[in-house]
Amino acid sequence: MKGKRAPFLILAGLVIAVQLVTTLTGTEFYLTQLIMAALYSIVVIGLCLLMGYAGQISLGHAGFFAIGGYTAATLTTLNLFPYRATFIVRLLEKSGLILSDTNSWGAEILYLSPWLSLVAALLISGSVAFLIGIPVLRLKGHYLAMATLGFGTIVYRIALGSAIFGEADGISDVPGFPLLGGLIIDGSRSQRVFCYYFVWVLVLGLLTLVSNLVDSRSGRALRAIHGNEEAAEAMGVDTSRLKLYLFVLSALFATIAGVFLTHYNGGLGPSEAGVMKSVRYVAIVAVGGMASLWGTLSAGILLNFLSLRGYFGSLDDAVFGSVLIAVMLFAPQGILRHFRPNRSAEEKAQKKKSEKSQPQTEKEKSHGAP
Amino acid sequence: MSWELIVQYIFSGVTSGIIYAIVAIGFNIIYNTTGIINFAQGEFLMLGGMIAVSLAAVLPLPLAILLSVLITAAVGGFVQIACIRWLKNPNVLQMIIITIGLSILLREVALHVWDEKVRSLPYFTGTAVSSIKILGAYVSPQVLWVLGVCSGAVLLLNAFFGHTLTGRAMRACSANPLAATLCGINEKNMVTLSFVISAAIGALAGCVISPIAQTHYECGTPLAIKGFTVAILGGLGNSTGAVVAGILLGLIEAFSISVLPMAYKDIIAISILLAVLFFRPTGLFVRRELGALKEF
Repeated sequence: MKGKRAPFLILAGLVIAVQLVTTLTGTEFYLTQLIMAALYSIVVIGLCLLMGYAGQISLGHAGFFAIGGYTAATLTTLNLFPYRATFIVRLLEKSGLILSDTNSWGAEILYLSPWLSLVAALLISGSVAFLIGIPVLRLKGHYLAMATLGFGTIVYRIALGSAIFGEADGISDVPGFPLLGGLIIDGSRSQRVFCYYFVWVLVLGLLTLVSNLVDSRSGRALRAIHGNEEAAEAMGVDTSRLKLYLFVLSALFATIAGVFLTHYNGGLGPSEAGVMKSVRYVAIVAVGGMASLWGTLSAGILLNFLSLRGYFGSLDDAVFGSVLIAVMLFAPQGILRHFRPNRSAEEKAQKKKSEKSQPQTEKEKSHGAP
Repeated sequence: MSWELIVQYIFSGVTSGIIYAIVAIGFNIIYNTTGIINFAQGEFLMLGGMIAVSLAAVLPLPLAILLSVLITAAVGGFVQIACIRWLKNPNVLQMIIITIGLSILLREVALHVWDEKVRSLPYFTGTAVSSIKILGAYVSPQVLWVLGVCSGAVLLLNAFFGHTLTGRAMRACSANPLAATLCGINEKNMVTLSFVISAAIGALAGCVISPIAQTHYECGTPLAIKGFTVAILGGLGNSTGAVVAGILLGLIEAFSISVLPMAYKDIIAISILLAVLFFRPTGLFVRRELGALKEF
């Protein structure tokens, strides 16, 4: 048990150390990109669960991210002031679910509490994932990839083509997300250190959740699905239900990231729903080694941080494309695996085994080929 | 809706339909020899158009198009040799990710070699404003070029796969790679050849549609999604099915514009794709028993 906790403690230590170093050296601006990178890696952790453990690809996760972001942005930028007299608005105001503020012209505006919109976003995204997941997860391979890509494209087109979502401009002036005691998730300087810690606590919490899930009975069932779906089914694993739960869960992860990043940035545009974003998430999971939560997290933080700081310049997409190809060609098990001595010994043992059973698989192949 | 308007819609639907069919056939050629879907298929159209536009500045148009088709075919062969040919037993997920990576790289290369501007080839005959009156509708001569070249390409491909030794060898690889190898067919070369041919077909289509649809470094992906829809609708690997399905989708899209806003045009195609995947993944024209043998 002690060994399991060690990476969490190391990560927590690193998070605190980075904050102290940046504050002491006056380079706190790095925290901004670290906050955003951490939020993006929440999406990737969810996707890692789906791709690495259940073996199902999704090229539509930017769609769920955007559903979260757009729901939060639309609901919290809707001015309810003209409807103040109506019963529902009065009721919500009494129960503290409506906040008021003044806009840049000094007029009073009323808007829904971001807490309410977070719940709405999770509900909407969760039900969409559930409804889409039932038919989509029956597909495999290319068909699954194309169907999820299609879903992502539909979300993108709707965001781009609807006036309520601001078309190509997206939505701006999204208010901050208020937490207890006057602390707010937004892009202001005074809240930066707080936001940094909040986001990392969120990441650590979700990671704990996921790593417990992976080691549980359902986690083992999931890996069985990845290994061989038919065999898992024969052993009594309800594969379709587990896959669906996991799909919804990973969609919710993307939604949470979308909601908080939108509040942090104060807005979002349709490019967040674009295919390129989904491909990026897949690329990061691939670099991390598909079924490695810590590998995925490190790859997610590193690549997103470099990309957000603008180190790749106009080659941003090209970097992700090359990374995808290079990893798949030279290290399909992920980069980290090449640096872990005990892991490579394990692989060697596996290789020997597979070499021994080679003639049999060869026979099977010729028999089973269409 | 007046008669002339209906004819106009039919022409525009058939034109985009035949383009989708060509993209779908590009998917089919590679799928037939390897069983993989090449997500970079749309980028071959884009490359074909881009190269032809650049060459047309210094060369006569037919020569520019011919050279562009040859260059794109070489690029298709090159990416296959560099990124796919030497892999041992790659799994499907790996192939999907590699071809997606290739599509991003080709697009980024195009962005950096050229730029983000929209380009187009000159009209093959006449100009942008010239039109021919057919059955009361006004049709650009370029539309006839698109229809002619694409149908010609489909017929040629059918003849190639049906009646030449190489074409039949490629089909043998798709039916049973091991048996084909035992018969002395070099399977790896056939797979490379399938990438070359589908890149060439894509480039040709990219050239003929350039005057009316414009060429842009990002124009490949939407075409690829439509092409995939059509390939699925017609049944993966079935070229005749792809032509029928392509025209069907083109017509549905053309008529949908009269009811729905333009911005939602792509949503219709993708919804059809999703519906077919969910309810009839074998495609519209394949008997169910036959389809049950395939894996989805």
